[in-house]
Amino acid sequence: MDYSQFLAMRQELGVLIVFLLVFLYDTFMPKKALNATAGFTAILFLLFTVASFVWGNVGTVDAFSGMYSTSPVCSMIKNILNVGVLIVLIQSVRWTNGELMTVRRGEFYELLLVTLFGMYLMISARHFLLFVIGLESASLPLAAMVAMDKNRYESHEAAIKYILTAVFSSAIFMMGLSFVYGLAGSLYFNDIALQLGTQADTLLVVALAFVISGVGFKLSLVPFHLWTADVYQGAPTSVTSYLSVISKGAAAFAFLVILVQVFGQFYSAAWEWMLYALIIVTITVGNLFAIRQKNMKRFLAFSSISQAGYIMLGIVGCNEMGLAAMMYYILVYIFSNLAAFGVIGAIENQTGKVDMTDYNGLSRSNPWLAFAMMLAMFSLAGIPPFAGFFSKFFIFTSAINQGSTAIYILVLIALINTIASLYYYLLVVKAMYISPEEPQIPAFRSACSERLGMWICVAGVIALGIVSFFYNSIIEAAAGSNLFAFIG
Amino acid sequence: MEITMLYYLIPSLIMFCCGVYGFITRRNMIAILISLELMLNSVDINFAVFNRFLFPGELEGMFFTLFAIGIAAAETALAIAIIINVFRVSEKIDVSDVTKMKF
Repeated sequence: MDYSQFLAMRQELGVLIVFLLVFLYDTFMPKKALNATAGFTAILFLLFTVASFVWGNVGTVDAFSGMYSTSPVCSMIKNILNVGVLIVLIQSVRWTNGELMTVRRGEFYELLLVTLFGMYLMISARHFLLFVIGLESASLPLAAMVAMDKNRYESHEAAIKYILTAVFSSAIFMMGLSFVYGLAGSLYFNDIALQLGTQADTLLVVALAFVISGVGFKLSLVPFHLWTADVYQGAPTSVTSYLSVISKGAAAFAFLVILVQVFGQFYSAAWEWMLYALIIVTITVGNLFAIRQKNMKRFLAFSSISQAGYIMLGIVGCNEMGLAAMMYYILVYIFSNLAAFGVIGAIENQTGKVDMTDYNGLSRSNPWLAFAMMLAMFSLAGIPPFAGFFSKFFIFTSAINQGSTAIYILVLIALINTIASLYYYLLVVKAMYISPEEPQIPAFRSACSERLGMWICVAGVIALGIVSFFYNSIIEAAAGSNLFAFIG
Repeated sequence: MEITMLYYLIPSLIMFCCGVYGFITRRNMIAILISLELMLNSVDINFAVFNRFLFPGELEGMFFTLFAIGIAAAETALAIAIIINVFRVSEKIDVSDVTKMKF
């Protein structure tokens, strides 16, 4: 065996090394040094992120007889996720240093890094066995993370809801895989595409529906979204932010790879219409349910459901531009959503309040927090000149480029939904800035780490849209991908 | 009588449907977990049967089955740990009692 193949997996190995170092630190360091676990992990991960930017890209390489494949696009999406994880790590410092978390803060970081490793495998797997292992190691430790707040009942309720639906969805996904295996006789993505031919069997359509619903659970697309709001509300805020951006971004990319590489030739025959229906229902239901939410985390859960629908628009286009637009959308979504969760987390850590009515008059007591929240809401709603506008613009353009009447209608519905979403995003801004009531939350100074996290997010929300470097480098990486060879 | 592939696939499909039915209708969390286990095991049967009858020269399906069994065990262990936690907090393992967060 050629051991140099492992060099192609250098980003995965990097995460593993970080994980091992954190594990050793947590296990063997004296009690006093453990207070620095959070800082240690963040710094280590920062080093890894920088190294991954510099040395992570090895070009297009297939390793382990095609089971694992990396390309500039894959390493780019991994780098994007790294940045998000880094912000989550910074924002979670105060929570993990809290009194109730001291015993298990090491576990939080270890589980987080293991799930990240699983997501990396999902992104780079070109064989369904590796993919399923990645999927499971990305979703099982998350259930343990959701149950992290041992003294809060909601945390346990959220965890049980999450684990049961996750197992149910992975069972459905694997059932679909077994049909695919029966039809094609292989689990390699490329071999399946070759063996299946171009004739869409009934069994294949069933298998495809199973696979789409399995991954749809992870992405919380609408018929499979019922766990999302409860889990987001019950989980600790740091875990919620991780779940809403990183896990979703990785699943979206893996979803695109599966649909395009394995089932690419059935695009117009089978899954184009499934995807249209999913997108329309996802965006609409997510928006409508977000309007009636009073809890901020629940509200952001439904907002993230509708955002997942927009991310799916990048897949519908089925071209390099759609891929680039999707990755850019994920990047912008990471920054804007983490800004919102940063503010929510800071306020929750200080006062324990998470209801929208508690935010009345926030701009008078905590102007900076209100400002960061406002920018996040503007970016999520897609108001120029913030990054959210450009990401929505690119994703709509890439979908329209495909040019059929159906897709025009789809994009029109998405656009109308954007206007509807403006209403509930601005409700938060209204509560913070216009509501005449006395501020519920007293003025306070948030922790240094929380402020750092929020500043990074705000800077990202403002700069990502205006500085063209980010989009250019993403589209450069996407243009070189060979993912779309089989589209038919 | 020759035993063909169908004799394995139909029981496996029935198992899967029983699992889905149980997942939806059962109220006890342990029973839900058992239903999930039924679904996962029917997947294992499917893979093993397809491999044995359609592609006898290879072992890919068998390997997938082995890994799927391991994954199912991990899932069950984690789910039971969480159920125990829920029981400690609320003294109940009925899903109709775990409804504090809704809509």
